[in-house]
Amino acid sequence: MTDTVPRTLGRPPLALVLPAAVAAGLLVIPLVTLVLDTPWRNFVDELGTGAVRDALGITAFASAITVVACVLLGTPLAWLLARVDFPGRSLLRAAVAVPLVLPPVVAGVALVTALGRNGLIGSVLRDTTGVTLPYTMTAVVIAHTFVSMPFYVLSVEGALRASGDRYDVVAATLGATRWTTFRRVTLPLAMPGLMAGAALAWARSLGEFGATITFAGNYPGTTQTMPSLIYTTLQSRPEVARTLSMILLVVSIAILAALRNRWLTTP
Amino acid sequence: MADDPVTTRGNGLSATVHVDDRLDAELNADAGAVVAVIGPNGAGKTTLLRALAGLVPMTGSIEVDGWSWTRPVRLVRDRNVGLVFQDQLLFPHLDAVDNVAFGLRARGTSRAESDATARDWLARFGIADLADRRPAQLSGGQAQRVAIARALAPAPSLLLLDEPFAGLDVGVATALRIELARHLASYDGVTLLVTHDALDALTLADAVLVVDEGRVAQYGSPQDVAARPRTAHVARLVGLNVIREDDRFRSFRPSAVTVSLGRPEGSARNQWHGTVLSAVTHGDAVRLLVAAGPQLIADVTPAATVELGLVPGREVWVSVKETAIQTYA
Repeated sequence: MTDTVPRTLGRPPLALVLPAAVAAGLLVIPLVTLVLDTPWRNFVDELGTGAVRDALGITAFASAITVVACVLLGTPLAWLLARVDFPGRSLLRAAVAVPLVLPPVVAGVALVTALGRNGLIGSVLRDTTGVTLPYTMTAVVIAHTFVSMPFYVLSVEGALRASGDRYDVVAATLGATRWTTFRRVTLPLAMPGLMAGAALAWARSLGEFGATITFAGNYPGTTQTMPSLIYTTLQSRPEVARTLSMILLVVSIAILAALRNRWLTTP
Repeated sequence: MADDPVTTRGNGLSATVHVDDRLDAELNADAGAVVAVIGPNGAGKTTLLRALAGLVPMTGSIEVDGWSWTRPVRLVRDRNVGLVFQDQLLFPHLDAVDNVAFGLRARGTSRAESDATARDWLARFGIADLADRRPAQLSGGQAQRVAIARALAPAPSLLLLDEPFAGLDVGVATALRIELARHLASYDGVTLLVTHDALDALTLADAVLVVDEGRVAQYGSPQDVAARPRTAHVARLVGLNVIREDDRFRSFRPSAVTVSLGRPEGSARNQWHGTVLSAVTHGDAVRLLVAAGPQLIADVTPAATVELGLVPGREVWVSVKETAIQTYA
Protein backbone atom coordinates (compact mmCIF):
# COMPACT_ATOMS: atom_id res chain seq x y z
CA MET A 1 0.00 0.00 0.00
CA THR A 2 1.34 3.37 -0.96
CA ASP A 3 0.30 6.43 0.96
CA THR A 4 -2.12 8.33 -1.25
CA VAL A 5 -2.30 11.39 1.00
CA PRO A 6 0.79 13.53 0.51
CA ARG A 7 1.81 14.10 4.14
CA THR A 8 4.20 16.76 3.05
CA LEU A 9 1.24 19.07 2.42
CA GLY A 10 0.84 19.38 6.19
CA ARG A 11 -1.88 18.75 8.77
CA PRO A 12 -5.56 18.97 7.62
CA PRO A 13 -6.94 22.28 8.98
CA LEU A 14 -9.27 22.11 12.00
CA ALA A 15 -11.71 24.37 10.15
CA LEU A 16 -12.42 21.39 7.90
CA VAL A 17 -11.85 18.50 10.30
CA LEU A 18 -14.28 19.71 13.01
CA PRO A 19 -17.39 20.19 10.83
CA ALA A 20 -16.53 16.94 9.06
CA ALA A 21 -16.50 15.13 12.42
CA VAL A 22 -19.88 16.64 13.40
CA ALA A 23 -21.39 15.60 10.04
CA ALA A 24 -20.02 12.09 10.35
CA GLY A 25 -21.26 11.80 13.91
CA LEU A 26 -24.72 13.00 12.96
CA LEU A 27 -24.94 10.35 10.24
CA VAL A 28 -23.37 7.45 12.10
CA ILE A 29 -24.35 7.79 15.79
CA PRO A 30 -28.15 7.31 15.43
CA LEU A 31 -27.61 4.13 13.41
CA VAL A 32 -25.01 2.80 15.86
CA THR A 33 -27.27 3.45 18.86
CA LEU A 34 -30.12 1.75 17.01
CA VAL A 35 -27.98 -1.33 16.50
CA LEU A 36 -26.71 -1.27 20.14
CA ASP A 37 -30.14 -0.62 21.66
CA THR A 38 -32.04 -3.23 19.69
CA PRO A 39 -33.26 -6.00 21.97
CA TRP A 40 -31.79 -8.75 19.82
CA ARG A 41 -33.39 -11.45 21.98
CA ASN A 42 -36.78 -10.30 20.67
CA PHE A 43 -35.64 -10.12 17.08
CA VAL A 44 -36.84 -13.55 15.99
CA ASP A 45 -39.93 -13.43 18.25
CA GLU A 46 -41.02 -10.11 16.81
CA LEU A 47 -40.50 -11.39 13.29
CA GLY A 48 -42.99 -14.11 14.06
CA THR A 49 -45.90 -11.94 15.26
CA GLY A 50 -48.91 -11.55 12.98
CA ALA A 51 -48.77 -7.78 12.70
CA VAL A 52 -45.12 -7.81 11.71
CA ARG A 53 -45.56 -10.62 9.23
CA ASP A 54 -48.53 -8.80 7.66
CA ALA A 55 -46.60 -5.53 7.45
CA LEU A 56 -43.51 -7.23 6.04
CA GLY A 57 -45.64 -9.05 3.50
CA ILE A 58 -47.43 -5.87 2.44
CA THR A 59 -44.15 -3.97 2.15
CA ALA A 60 -42.51 -6.77 0.18
CA PHE A 61 -45.51 -7.18 -2.09
CA ALA A 62 -46.07 -3.44 -2.63
CA SER A 63 -42.40 -2.76 -3.36
CA ALA A 64 -42.19 -5.72 -5.76
CA ILE A 65 -45.29 -4.57 -7.68
CA THR A 66 -43.92 -1.00 -7.59
CA VAL A 67 -40.69 -2.12 -9.26
CA VAL A 68 -42.65 -4.05 -11.88
CA ALA A 69 -44.88 -1.01 -12.51
CA CYS A 70 -41.83 1.25 -12.78
CA VAL A 71 -40.17 -1.07 -15.29
CA LEU A 72 -43.29 -1.63 -17.41
CA LEU A 73 -44.48 1.99 -17.43
CA GLY A 74 -41.35 3.95 -16.61
CA THR A 75 -39.11 2.40 -19.28
CA PRO A 76 -41.35 3.57 -22.15
CA LEU A 77 -41.63 7.02 -20.55
CA ALA A 78 -37.85 7.25 -20.18
CA TRP A 79 -37.43 6.17 -23.81
CA LEU A 80 -39.95 8.77 -24.95
CA LEU A 81 -38.14 11.51 -23.02
CA ALA A 82 -34.72 10.43 -24.32
CA ARG A 83 -35.49 9.58 -27.93
CA VAL A 84 -38.58 11.35 -29.24
CA ASP A 85 -38.69 15.06 -29.88
CA PHE A 86 -42.23 16.19 -29.09
CA PRO A 87 -43.67 19.53 -27.99
CA GLY A 88 -43.59 19.96 -24.23
CA ARG A 89 -40.87 17.38 -23.72
CA SER A 90 -38.77 19.48 -21.36
CA LEU A 91 -41.90 20.45 -19.45
CA LEU A 92 -42.84 16.79 -19.05
CA ARG A 93 -39.33 15.93 -17.91
CA ALA A 94 -39.51 18.63 -15.26
CA ALA A 95 -42.94 17.36 -14.15
CA VAL A 96 -41.60 13.81 -13.84
CA ALA A 97 -38.86 15.05 -11.53
CA VAL A 98 -41.19 16.97 -9.20
CA PRO A 99 -42.13 14.00 -6.94
CA LEU A 100 -38.40 13.70 -6.14
CA VAL A 101 -38.50 16.91 -4.15
CA LEU A 102 -42.18 16.80 -3.15
CA PRO A 103 -42.76 16.18 0.58
CA PRO A 104 -44.35 12.69 0.71
CA VAL A 105 -47.34 14.00 2.69
CA VAL A 106 -48.02 16.48 -0.09
CA ALA A 107 -47.76 13.63 -2.59
CA GLY A 108 -50.41 11.79 -0.54
CA VAL A 109 -52.70 14.83 -0.54
CA ALA A 110 -52.25 15.16 -4.30
CA LEU A 111 -53.16 11.50 -4.75
CA VAL A 112 -56.30 11.94 -2.59
CA THR A 113 -57.24 14.99 -4.66
CA ALA A 114 -56.95 13.04 -7.89
CA LEU A 115 -57.97 9.51 -6.91
CA GLY A 116 -59.82 9.91 -3.59
CA ARG A 117 -63.53 9.05 -3.25
CA ASN A 118 -64.42 12.59 -4.20
CA GLY A 119 -61.33 13.23 -6.29
CA LEU A 120 -61.31 14.37 -9.87
CA ILE A 121 -60.73 10.88 -11.29
CA GLY A 122 -61.74 8.97 -8.16
CA SER A 123 -65.35 10.23 -8.23
CA VAL A 124 -65.74 9.27 -11.89
CA LEU A 125 -64.28 5.86 -11.11
CA ARG A 126 -66.69 5.42 -8.19
CA ASP A 127 -69.73 6.52 -10.21
CA THR A 128 -68.97 4.30 -13.20
CA THR A 129 -67.55 1.15 -11.61
CA GLY A 130 -68.24 1.47 -7.89
CA VAL A 131 -64.53 1.06 -7.20
CA THR A 132 -62.89 3.31 -4.62
CA LEU A 133 -59.13 3.33 -4.27
CA PRO A 134 -58.22 4.89 -0.90
CA TYR A 135 -57.43 2.55 1.98
CA THR A 136 -56.79 -0.43 -0.30
CA MET A 137 -53.74 -2.38 -1.28
CA THR A 138 -54.05 -0.81 -4.73
CA ALA A 139 -53.73 2.62 -3.10
CA VAL A 140 -50.52 1.49 -1.37
CA VAL A 141 -49.04 0.40 -4.70
CA ILE A 142 -50.16 3.62 -6.42
CA ALA A 143 -48.60 5.77 -3.68
CA HIS A 144 -45.36 3.77 -3.80
CA THR A 145 -45.22 3.94 -7.60
CA PHE A 146 -45.89 7.69 -7.51
CA VAL A 147 -42.89 8.39 -5.29
CA SER A 148 -40.58 5.74 -6.80
CA MET A 149 -41.17 6.23 -10.52
CA PRO A 150 -39.13 9.47 -10.83
CA PHE A 151 -36.00 7.71 -9.52
CA TYR A 152 -36.45 4.99 -12.09
CA VAL A 153 -37.37 7.20 -15.05
CA LEU A 154 -34.54 9.68 -14.52
CA SER A 155 -32.00 6.90 -14.07
CA VAL A 156 -33.08 5.07 -17.24
CA GLU A 157 -33.40 8.29 -19.24
CA GLY A 158 -29.83 9.18 -18.23
CA ALA A 159 -28.63 5.76 -19.35
CA LEU A 160 -30.45 6.07 -22.68
CA ARG A 161 -28.99 9.52 -23.30
CA ALA A 162 -25.51 8.37 -22.33
CA SER A 163 -25.56 5.45 -24.77
CA GLY A 164 -26.81 7.83 -27.49
CA ASP A 165 -28.85 7.04 -30.57
CA ARG A 166 -25.94 6.01 -32.79
CA TYR A 167 -26.80 2.33 -32.49
CA ASP A 168 -30.48 3.11 -33.13
CA VAL A 169 -29.37 4.66 -36.43
CA VAL A 170 -27.33 1.58 -37.31
CA ALA A 171 -30.32 -0.65 -36.56
CA ALA A 172 -32.55 1.53 -38.78
CA THR A 173 -30.15 1.22 -41.73
CA LEU A 174 -30.34 -2.55 -41.22
CA GLY A 175 -34.11 -2.44 -41.65
CA ALA A 176 -35.19 -2.62 -38.02
CA THR A 177 -38.44 -0.95 -36.91
CA ARG A 178 -38.25 1.27 -33.85
CA TRP A 179 -39.88 -1.46 -31.77
CA THR A 180 -37.32 -4.04 -32.90
CA THR A 181 -34.55 -1.53 -32.30
CA PHE A 182 -35.85 -0.85 -28.81
CA ARG A 183 -36.04 -4.54 -27.92
CA ARG A 184 -32.81 -5.73 -29.48
CA VAL A 185 -30.51 -2.72 -29.21
CA THR A 186 -31.68 0.16 -27.00
CA LEU A 187 -32.89 -1.92 -24.06
CA PRO A 188 -29.87 -4.27 -23.77
CA LEU A 189 -27.48 -1.32 -23.97
CA ALA A 190 -29.37 0.56 -21.24
CA MET A 191 -29.62 -2.49 -18.95
CA PRO A 192 -27.15 -1.24 -16.31
CA GLY A 193 -29.21 1.96 -16.01
CA LEU A 194 -32.38 -0.11 -15.76
CA MET A 195 -30.96 -2.21 -12.93
CA ALA A 196 -29.73 0.84 -11.03
CA GLY A 197 -33.07 2.59 -11.52
CA ALA A 198 -35.00 -0.48 -10.36
CA ALA A 199 -32.84 -0.75 -7.23
CA LEU A 200 -33.37 2.93 -6.43
CA ALA A 201 -37.12 2.63 -6.96
CA TRP A 202 -37.25 -0.45 -4.76
CA ALA A 203 -35.30 1.23 -1.97
CA ARG A 204 -37.55 4.28 -2.14
CA SER A 205 -40.62 2.04 -2.02
CA LEU A 206 -39.37 0.09 1.01
CA GLY A 207 -39.09 3.25 3.08
CA GLU A 208 -42.20 4.98 1.78
CA PHE A 209 -44.37 6.32 4.61
CA GLY A 210 -45.88 9.79 4.14
CA ALA A 211 -47.74 9.41 0.86
CA THR A 212 -48.93 5.93 1.78
CA ILE A 213 -50.34 6.77 5.21
CA THR A 214 -52.06 9.85 3.76
CA PHE A 215 -53.59 8.16 0.72
CA ALA A 216 -53.91 4.52 1.79
CA GLY A 217 -54.16 4.81 5.56
CA ASN A 218 -52.67 2.52 8.17
CA TYR A 219 -54.91 -0.55 8.46
CA PRO A 220 -53.15 -3.65 9.78
CA GLY A 221 -53.35 -6.46 7.26
CA THR A 222 -54.48 -4.31 4.34
CA THR A 223 -52.48 -1.10 4.05
CA GLN A 224 -50.09 -1.15 7.01
CA THR A 225 -46.54 -1.27 5.64
CA MET A 226 -43.40 -1.72 7.73
CA PRO A 227 -42.71 2.02 8.08
CA SER A 228 -46.33 2.63 9.13
CA LEU A 229 -46.13 -0.21 11.67
CA ILE A 230 -42.86 1.14 13.08
CA TYR A 231 -44.39 4.58 13.48
CA THR A 232 -47.47 3.13 15.25
CA THR A 233 -45.44 0.83 17.47
CA LEU A 234 -42.97 3.51 18.51
CA GLN A 235 -45.72 5.27 20.48
CA SER A 236 -46.68 2.20 22.54
CA ARG A 237 -43.73 -0.19 22.50
CA PRO A 238 -40.53 1.66 21.51
CA GLU A 239 -38.24 -1.38 21.93
CA VAL A 240 -40.29 -3.34 19.39
CA ALA A 241 -40.15 -0.37 17.03
CA ARG A 242 -36.36 -0.55 17.30
CA THR A 243 -36.37 -4.22 16.36
CA LEU A 244 -38.59 -3.52 13.36
CA SER A 245 -36.38 -0.60 12.33
CA MET A 246 -33.42 -2.91 12.52
CA ILE A 247 -35.07 -5.21 9.99
CA LEU A 248 -35.51 -2.34 7.53
CA LEU A 249 -31.97 -1.12 8.20
CA VAL A 250 -30.54 -4.53 7.36
CA VAL A 251 -32.49 -4.58 4.09
CA SER A 252 -31.34 -1.03 3.19
CA ILE A 253 -27.70 -1.89 3.84
CA ALA A 254 -28.06 -5.01 1.71
CA ILE A 255 -29.26 -2.81 -1.18
CA LEU A 256 -26.42 -0.37 -0.65
CA ALA A 257 -23.94 -3.25 -0.78
CA ALA A 258 -25.52 -4.54 -3.97
CA LEU A 259 -25.29 -1.10 -5.62
CA ARG A 260 -21.82 -0.32 -4.34
CA ASN A 261 -20.00 -2.04 -7.13
CA ARG A 262 -22.07 -0.29 -9.76
CA TRP A 263 -21.82 3.38 -8.97
CA LEU A 264 -21.08 4.09 -5.37
CA THR A 265 -17.37 3.34 -5.54
CA THR A 266 -15.13 6.34 -5.90
CA PRO A 267 -12.78 6.18 -8.88
CA MET B 1 -41.22 7.34 -66.59
CA ALA B 2 -39.02 7.33 -63.56
CA ASP B 3 -41.94 6.48 -61.33
CA ASP B 4 -42.59 3.27 -63.22
CA PRO B 5 -40.39 0.65 -61.62
CA VAL B 6 -41.04 -1.94 -64.32
CA THR B 7 -39.40 -0.01 -67.12
CA THR B 8 -36.52 1.47 -65.21
CA ARG B 9 -35.65 -1.14 -62.62
CA GLY B 10 -32.05 -2.23 -62.53
CA ASN B 11 -30.75 1.17 -63.54
CA GLY B 12 -28.65 1.77 -60.45
CA LEU B 13 -28.56 5.09 -58.70
CA SER B 14 -29.75 8.48 -59.87
CA ALA B 15 -29.68 11.23 -57.28
CA THR B 16 -29.86 14.98 -56.90
CA VAL B 17 -29.05 15.85 -53.32
CA HIS B 18 -29.37 19.25 -51.72
CA VAL B 19 -28.60 19.66 -48.04
CA ASP B 20 -28.89 23.20 -46.71
CA ASP B 21 -25.51 24.92 -46.34
CA ARG B 22 -23.72 21.63 -46.80
CA LEU B 23 -24.11 19.96 -50.13
CA ASP B 24 -25.37 20.28 -53.69
CA ALA B 25 -24.60 17.16 -55.66
CA GLU B 26 -25.87 15.23 -58.62
CA LEU B 27 -24.88 11.65 -59.15
CA ASN B 28 -25.73 8.85 -61.57
CA ALA B 29 -24.24 5.39 -61.36
CA ASP B 30 -25.06 2.11 -63.09
CA ALA B 31 -25.94 -1.00 -61.14
CA GLY B 32 -22.77 -2.76 -60.05
CA ALA B 33 -20.68 0.41 -60.24
CA VAL B 34 -18.27 1.37 -57.50
CA VAL B 35 -18.02 5.14 -57.08
CA ALA B 36 -15.14 6.52 -55.00
CA VAL B 37 -16.08 9.78 -53.29
CA ILE B 38 -13.03 11.89 -52.57
CA GLY B 39 -12.45 15.42 -51.36
CA PRO B 40 -10.95 17.34 -48.46
CA ASN B 41 -12.32 17.09 -44.92
CA GLY B 42 -15.62 18.90 -44.55
CA ALA B 43 -16.28 18.84 -48.31
CA GLY B 44 -19.58 17.00 -47.81
CA LYS B 45 -18.63 13.38 -48.51
CA THR B 46 -20.16 11.92 -45.37
CA THR B 47 -23.15 14.26 -45.70
CA LEU B 48 -23.80 12.78 -49.16
CA LEU B 49 -23.78 9.25 -47.75
CA ARG B 50 -26.01 10.17 -44.82
CA ALA B 51 -28.46 11.98 -47.10
CA LEU B 52 -28.73 8.94 -49.37
CA ALA B 53 -29.33 6.73 -46.34
CA GLY B 54 -32.05 9.11 -45.12
CA LEU B 55 -30.18 10.21 -42.01
CA VAL B 56 -30.04 13.95 -42.78
CA PRO B 57 -32.90 16.08 -44.12
CA MET B 58 -32.46 16.88 -47.80
CA THR B 59 -34.34 18.10 -50.83
CA GLY B 60 -33.94 16.73 -54.31
CA SER B 61 -34.53 13.20 -55.48
CA ILE B 62 -33.07 9.76 -55.06
CA GLU B 63 -33.90 6.85 -57.32
CA VAL B 64 -32.45 3.43 -56.77
CA ASP B 65 -33.19 0.64 -59.24
CA GLY B 66 -36.06 2.72 -60.55
CA TRP B 67 -37.73 3.21 -57.16
CA SER B 68 -38.02 6.69 -55.77
CA TRP B 69 -36.81 7.09 -52.20
CA THR B 70 -37.93 10.70 -52.03
CA ARG B 71 -41.47 10.79 -53.45
CA PRO B 72 -42.80 9.90 -50.96
CA VAL B 73 -39.89 9.98 -48.53
CA ARG B 74 -38.88 6.46 -47.58
CA LEU B 75 -37.97 5.72 -43.98
CA VAL B 76 -34.36 4.76 -43.36
CA ARG B 77 -35.36 1.21 -42.55
CA ASP B 78 -37.20 0.79 -45.87
CA ARG B 79 -34.36 2.06 -48.06
CA ASN B 80 -32.40 -1.17 -48.10
CA VAL B 81 -29.03 0.54 -47.77
CA GLY B 82 -25.92 -1.04 -46.36
CA LEU B 83 -24.03 1.61 -44.42
CA VAL B 84 -20.55 0.98 -43.06
CA PHE B 85 -19.62 3.67 -40.58
CA GLN B 86 -16.20 5.18 -40.01
CA ASP B 87 -16.07 3.75 -36.50
CA GLN B 88 -17.87 0.51 -37.42
CA LEU B 89 -20.48 0.83 -34.65
CA LEU B 90 -20.88 -2.90 -34.18
CA PHE B 91 -23.54 -3.65 -31.57
CA PRO B 92 -21.36 -4.13 -28.49
CA HIS B 93 -23.76 -6.55 -26.78
CA LEU B 94 -24.03 -8.93 -29.74
CA ASP B 95 -21.38 -11.35 -30.96
CA ALA B 96 -20.08 -11.20 -34.53
CA VAL B 97 -22.60 -13.63 -35.99
CA ASP B 98 -25.56 -11.86 -34.33
CA ASN B 99 -24.27 -8.52 -35.62
CA VAL B 100 -24.17 -9.85 -39.18
CA ALA B 101 -27.53 -11.60 -38.79
CA PHE B 102 -29.20 -8.47 -37.38
CA GLY B 103 -30.29 -7.01 -40.73
CA LEU B 104 -31.73 -10.32 -41.92
CA ARG B 105 -33.68 -10.93 -38.72
CA ALA B 106 -34.93 -7.35 -38.66
CA ARG B 107 -36.37 -7.94 -42.12
CA GLY B 108 -38.17 -11.08 -41.03
CA THR B 109 -35.83 -13.93 -41.95
CA SER B 110 -36.01 -16.80 -39.46
CA ARG B 111 -33.41 -17.04 -36.76
CA ALA B 112 -31.85 -20.26 -38.08
CA GLU B 113 -31.66 -19.02 -41.64
CA SER B 114 -30.25 -15.63 -40.63
CA ASP B 115 -27.68 -17.36 -38.50
CA ALA B 116 -26.59 -19.63 -41.35
CA THR B 117 -26.35 -16.73 -43.81
CA ALA B 118 -24.38 -14.67 -41.30
CA ARG B 119 -21.90 -17.49 -40.70
CA ASP B 120 -21.55 -17.85 -44.45
CA TRP B 121 -20.68 -14.14 -44.71
CA LEU B 122 -18.14 -14.40 -41.92
CA ALA B 123 -16.57 -17.34 -43.75
CA ARG B 124 -16.36 -15.31 -46.94
CA PHE B 125 -14.38 -12.71 -45.03
CA GLY B 126 -12.18 -15.42 -43.54
CA ILE B 127 -13.32 -14.84 -39.96
CA ALA B 128 -15.69 -17.78 -39.43
CA ASP B 129 -13.76 -18.72 -36.29
CA LEU B 130 -14.58 -15.34 -34.71
CA ALA B 131 -18.36 -15.82 -34.94
CA ASP B 132 -18.90 -15.99 -31.19
CA ARG B 133 -16.73 -13.03 -30.25
CA ARG B 134 -18.10 -9.73 -29.04
CA PRO B 135 -16.84 -6.56 -30.82
CA ALA B 136 -14.61 -5.70 -27.86
CA GLN B 137 -12.68 -8.91 -28.50
CA LEU B 138 -12.02 -8.13 -32.18
CA SER B 139 -9.08 -6.28 -33.71
CA GLY B 140 -9.71 -3.21 -35.88
CA GLY B 141 -9.41 -5.17 -39.12
CA GLN B 142 -11.63 -7.98 -37.85
CA ALA B 143 -14.26 -5.53 -36.63
CA GLN B 144 -14.27 -3.75 -39.99
CA ARG B 145 -14.76 -7.10 -41.77
CA VAL B 146 -17.73 -7.85 -39.51
CA ALA B 147 -19.13 -4.36 -40.19
CA ILE B 148 -18.85 -4.81 -43.96
CA ALA B 149 -20.35 -8.31 -43.75
CA ARG B 150 -23.21 -6.91 -41.65
CA ALA B 151 -23.94 -4.27 -44.30
CA LEU B 152 -23.75 -6.75 -47.19
CA ALA B 153 -25.67 -9.65 -45.61
CA PRO B 154 -29.20 -8.25 -46.23
CA ALA B 155 -28.31 -7.71 -49.94
CA PRO B 156 -28.70 -3.92 -49.98
CA SER B 157 -29.46 -2.12 -53.22
CA LEU B 158 -27.07 0.67 -52.24
CA LEU B 159 -23.84 0.09 -50.34
CA LEU B 160 -22.34 3.11 -48.58
CA LEU B 161 -18.83 2.78 -47.17
CA ASP B 162 -17.55 5.71 -45.12
CA GLU B 163 -13.75 5.49 -45.02
CA PRO B 164 -13.70 1.75 -44.32
CA PHE B 165 -9.90 1.63 -44.08
CA ALA B 166 -9.45 4.66 -41.83
CA GLY B 167 -7.70 3.88 -38.59
CA LEU B 168 -6.41 0.48 -39.72
CA ASP B 169 -2.75 -0.48 -39.88
CA VAL B 170 -1.31 -0.18 -43.37
CA GLY B 171 -0.88 -3.94 -43.78
CA VAL B 172 -4.40 -4.68 -42.50
CA ALA B 173 -5.88 -2.00 -44.77
CA THR B 174 -4.10 -3.45 -47.81
CA ALA B 175 -5.38 -6.96 -47.12
CA LEU B 176 -8.92 -5.69 -46.53
CA ARG B 177 -8.77 -3.58 -49.71
CA ILE B 178 -8.03 -6.69 -51.76
CA GLU B 179 -10.84 -8.64 -50.07
CA LEU B 180 -13.28 -5.81 -50.53
CA ALA B 181 -12.41 -5.56 -54.24
CA ARG B 182 -13.39 -9.22 -54.60
CA HIS B 183 -16.72 -8.75 -52.82
CA LEU B 184 -17.55 -5.59 -54.72
CA ALA B 185 -16.91 -7.36 -58.02
CA SER B 186 -19.70 -9.83 -57.26
CA TYR B 187 -22.04 -7.21 -55.73
CA ASP B 188 -24.69 -6.02 -58.17
CA GLY B 189 -25.86 -2.87 -56.38
CA VAL B 190 -24.27 0.56 -56.52
CA THR B 191 -21.40 1.18 -54.08
CA LEU B 192 -20.29 4.58 -52.82
CA LEU B 193 -16.90 4.52 -51.15
CA VAL B 194 -15.74 7.60 -49.28
CA THR B 195 -11.96 7.61 -49.10
CA HIS B 196 -8.95 9.82 -48.54
CA ASP B 197 -6.69 7.48 -50.42
CA ALA B 198 -5.99 7.82 -54.16
CA LEU B 199 -5.13 4.13 -54.14
CA ASP B 200 -8.70 3.19 -53.16
CA ALA B 201 -10.06 5.30 -55.98
CA LEU B 202 -7.70 3.76 -58.52
CA THR B 203 -7.91 0.12 -57.41
CA LEU B 204 -11.52 -0.28 -56.28
CA ALA B 205 -13.59 2.23 -58.20
CA ASP B 206 -15.16 2.41 -61.65
CA ALA B 207 -15.76 6.11 -61.22
CA VAL B 208 -14.52 8.92 -59.01
CA LEU B 209 -16.73 11.66 -57.65
CA VAL B 210 -14.68 14.62 -56.45
CA VAL B 211 -16.52 16.71 -53.86
CA ASP B 212 -15.23 20.13 -52.94
CA GLU B 213 -16.94 22.75 -50.77
CA GLY B 214 -20.27 20.96 -51.01
CA ARG B 215 -20.27 20.64 -54.79
CA VAL B 216 -19.27 18.04 -57.32
CA ALA B 217 -15.99 19.33 -58.74
CA GLN B 218 -15.39 16.39 -61.04
CA TYR B 219 -16.97 13.05 -61.94
CA GLY B 220 -15.26 10.60 -64.23
CA SER B 221 -13.23 7.45 -64.55
CA PRO B 222 -10.33 7.06 -62.09
CA GLN B 223 -7.84 7.32 -64.95
CA ASP B 224 -9.40 10.51 -66.26
CA VAL B 225 -9.62 12.16 -62.83
CA ALA B 226 -6.04 11.16 -62.02
CA ALA B 227 -4.69 12.42 -65.35
CA ARG B 228 -6.71 15.64 -65.49
CA PRO B 229 -7.53 16.69 -61.92
CA ARG B 230 -9.64 19.82 -61.43
CA THR B 231 -9.04 20.40 -57.74
CA ALA B 232 -5.84 21.02 -55.84
CA HIS B 233 -6.89 18.28 -53.42
CA VAL B 234 -7.01 15.55 -56.07
CA ALA B 235 -3.90 16.91 -57.79
CA ARG B 236 -2.05 16.54 -54.51
CA LEU B 237 -3.46 13.00 -54.01
CA VAL B 238 -2.21 11.85 -57.41
CA GLY B 239 1.01 13.87 -57.23
CA LEU B 240 0.33 16.49 -59.91
CA ASN B 241 0.32 20.27 -60.01
CA VAL B 242 -2.89 21.78 -61.31
CA ILE B 243 -3.56 25.43 -62.06
CA ARG B 244 -6.90 26.86 -63.02
CA GLU B 245 -6.82 29.43 -65.78
CA ASP B 246 -10.24 30.85 -66.66
CA ASP B 247 -12.27 27.82 -67.74
CA ARG B 248 -9.28 25.63 -68.40
CA PHE B 249 -7.01 23.54 -66.22
CA ARG B 250 -3.26 23.21 -66.72
CA SER B 251 -1.41 20.36 -65.04
CA PHE B 252 2.21 19.26 -64.91
CA ARG B 253 4.35 16.75 -63.09
CA PRO B 254 6.52 17.76 -60.14
CA SER B 255 9.56 16.35 -61.99
CA ALA B 256 9.00 18.85 -64.82
CA VAL B 257 9.42 21.79 -62.46
CA THR B 258 12.74 23.67 -62.36
CA VAL B 259 13.75 25.38 -59.13
CA SER B 260 16.21 28.29 -59.12
CA LEU B 261 17.25 31.08 -56.81
CA GLY B 262 17.31 33.76 -59.52
CA ARG B 263 14.53 34.68 -61.88
CA PRO B 264 14.64 32.23 -64.81
CA GLU B 265 14.41 33.26 -68.46
CA GLY B 266 11.44 32.37 -70.64
CA SER B 267 7.71 32.99 -70.57
CA ALA B 268 6.56 34.79 -67.41
CA ARG B 269 3.30 32.83 -67.64
CA ASN B 270 4.95 29.62 -66.45
CA GLN B 271 7.09 30.92 -63.63
CA TRP B 272 6.26 31.74 -60.04
CA HIS B 273 8.10 33.25 -57.10
CA GLY B 274 7.49 31.85 -53.63
CA THR B 275 8.67 30.34 -50.37
CA VAL B 276 9.56 26.71 -49.71
CA LEU B 277 7.04 25.30 -47.21
CA SER B 278 8.43 21.80 -46.82
CA ALA B 279 11.04 19.45 -48.24
CA VAL B 280 10.62 15.67 -47.86
CA THR B 281 12.29 12.67 -49.43
CA HIS B 282 10.15 11.19 -52.20
CA GLY B 283 11.71 8.15 -53.82
CA ASP B 284 15.11 9.17 -55.17
CA ALA B 285 14.18 12.84 -55.21
CA VAL B 286 13.32 15.54 -52.71
CA ARG B 287 9.77 16.83 -53.02
CA LEU B 288 9.35 20.53 -52.29
CA LEU B 289 6.07 22.22 -51.49
CA VAL B 290 6.31 25.85 -52.59
CA ALA B 291 3.80 28.57 -51.73
CA ALA B 292 3.87 30.49 -55.01
CA GLY B 293 0.37 31.87 -55.34
CA PRO B 294 -0.89 28.35 -56.02
CA GLN B 295 0.83 25.75 -53.88
CA LEU B 296 3.10 23.80 -56.22
CA ILE B 297 5.10 20.64 -55.74
CA ALA B 298 8.50 20.21 -57.34
CA ASP B 299 10.84 17.22 -57.35
CA VAL B 300 14.54 18.10 -57.22
CA THR B 301 17.68 16.02 -56.73
CA PRO B 302 19.15 15.74 -53.23
CA ALA B 303 22.31 17.35 -54.65
CA ALA B 304 20.38 20.40 -55.84
CA THR B 305 18.65 20.61 -52.45
CA VAL B 306 21.99 20.97 -50.72
CA GLU B 307 23.50 23.21 -53.38
CA LEU B 308 20.59 25.69 -53.39
CA GLY B 309 19.96 25.42 -49.65
CA LEU B 310 16.30 24.40 -50.21
CA VAL B 311 14.99 24.41 -46.66
CA PRO B 312 11.59 25.64 -45.50
CA GLY B 313 11.50 29.44 -45.60
CA ARG B 314 13.86 29.76 -48.59
CA GLU B 315 12.62 32.06 -51.36
CA VAL B 316 12.84 30.47 -54.79
CA TRP B 317 11.63 30.74 -58.36
CA VAL B 318 9.82 27.76 -59.87
CA SER B 319 9.25 27.40 -63.58
CA VAL B 320 8.01 24.82 -66.04
CA LYS B 321 8.35 24.48 -69.81
CA GLU B 322 5.19 25.05 -71.78
CA THR B 323 5.67 21.69 -73.52
CA ALA B 324 5.47 19.89 -70.15
CA ILE B 325 2.05 21.35 -69.40
CA GLN B 326 -1.16 19.52 -70.20
CA THR B 327 -4.12 21.80 -70.83
CA TYR B 328 -7.75 20.61 -70.62
CA ALA B 329 -11.20 21.97 -70.09
